[in-house]
Amino acid sequence: MHISDLGGQNKKRLNYKIAQHRTYNLKKGDNMTNEINKKQEQTQEKMQQLEYQNKVDNITPKPPLFKNICWAFVVGGLICILGQLIADYFEGLGLSKKDASAYATAILVFLGSFFTGLGLYDDLGKRAGAGSIVPITGFANSIVAPAMEFKREGYVFGVGAKMFVIAGPVLVYGMVTAFIIGLIYWIRQ
Amino acid sequence: MNKKQGMQSVVFANPPIITSTANIVGPMEGEGLLQGYFDYIMPDNLNGLASWEQCESYLMEYAIKKAVAKENSEMEDIDCVFAGDLLNQLMSTHFAMKNLKRPFLGLYGACSTMVEGMLLSAILLDGGFFNKIVAAASSHHDAAERQYRFPNELGVQRPPGAQWTVTGSGAVVVSKLGNGPRITTATIGKVVDYGIKDPNAMGPAMAPAAVDTIWQHLQDTERVPTYYDMIFTGDLGSVGRDLVIQLLQEKGVDISANYQDCGCMIYSEEQDAHAGASGCASSAIVLCGFIYKRLMTSKLKKILFLGTGSLHSTTSYQQKESIPCIAHAVSIEM
Repeated sequence: MHISDLGGQNKKRLNYKIAQHRTYNLKKGDNMTNEINKKQEQTQEKMQQLEYQNKVDNITPKPPLFKNICWAFVVGGLICILGQLIADYFEGLGLSKKDASAYATAILVFLGSFFTGLGLYDDLGKRAGAGSIVPITGFANSIVAPAMEFKREGYVFGVGAKMFVIAGPVLVYGMVTAFIIGLIYWIRQ
Repeated sequence: MNKKQGMQSVVFANPPIITSTANIVGPMEGEGLLQGYFDYIMPDNLNGLASWEQCESYLMEYAIKKAVAKENSEMEDIDCVFAGDLLNQLMSTHFAMKNLKRPFLGLYGACSTMVEGMLLSAILLDGGFFNKIVAAASSHHDAAERQYRFPNELGVQRPPGAQWTVTGSGAVVVSKLGNGPRITTATIGKVVDYGIKDPNAMGPAMAPAAVDTIWQHLQDTERVPTYYDMIFTGDLGSVGRDLVIQLLQEKGVDISANYQDCGCMIYSEEQDAHAGASGCASSAIVLCGFIYKRLMTSKLKKILFLGTGSLHSTTSYQQKESIPCIAHAVSIEM
């Protein structure tokens, strides 16, 4: 083999590599333009979606905020007054403040469950919103409602499993928060 | 002969005939605006049965049997049934069909199921495969509510744009021969998604799908909206209806004069259903009662009827996906 042949071969190889590099760069360029196009399409789609969302927001009736707030205030307030009256009554009977409020809580939970069972609590909730969801009666409602609904699936996979579908997250994050606050309290001591 | 016309439509050579319809509803629908247009109004949403799902099966079974009986046929005369509902795995339809013992193809088009069934029936009849097909759809407020949203007794406040799922079922008998209005054309819809994610805003989610199909139908058939006495959509509610009018106006088509949504025709203001009705039965009970009677008495002669379905699932919206929607159309002419 002659040395110039080798050079020729090397040249060929070099040329081939250059060509490969070029096509690679071209492809890279293509990919880039493709990506740019895709991104443009995506932003266009997003713009269209935003535009449509605006139209929808303009046309959708707004909740009657003032009316809802008044209902929530009155109903929530009345439930709390009822709780206070019950607590005061038990305190009047000679129970300690802590025991009396525990009794009041139990009675309110019973009432919330009872009226859920009668099918009345959801009618109240429709008007009162947060006013009947936030007090402890609402918590009772959120446990009894799914328990009632899923009774047909049996006591294990129905009532037992579904009872906490709504209240479960409240319990989980309530406990997590309590844990964190406890930790902070413990560190500060 | 190719019966396809335009991009998405078919024109029937021998338009099949809607020879009979029947419907059944719950008490709330019975007290609404369409009193007197129902074959049976149940005293409550259970009708003496053990569960809402069983009740929904009963609804569908009743509607199909009644529709067949009304045109003096036997169940054995029915070559095939197209039916569907909203529950997972078409639960109520399957139990209804277990009792009816007819050849059956289950459909899931959410609230577009009724029109999807009619469209397929018409194609098979015009194709000469069958002589008599039943298309049916049902929905049940409580059963749907517990599957898609919250337990019924939970004290939640519904936003004003929310719609109320109809308890009811409607069935149509579509035949090769007989008397009645004919299904002359059909337009099969595409899935359209404008990125709406709120499952309480189904009207707004479905409106672009309805617009897409109406627009395509008019293009394919080279018709103008005034060709029809009325254009009906299935269950867009008041918000969705206004959006359809607005979106079509932007495309240069005005349908405000002869357009109504079935979801706005069922409940009265005092019934507190907010933006109107929804569910498979929304379009089904209005078509099988009010609209069919109007067609039979020639008060309406040509209508375009659209079923609109939001195809989300409980999993899809919990995973923050948007709501894909579809609309199918059939034109019915007397």
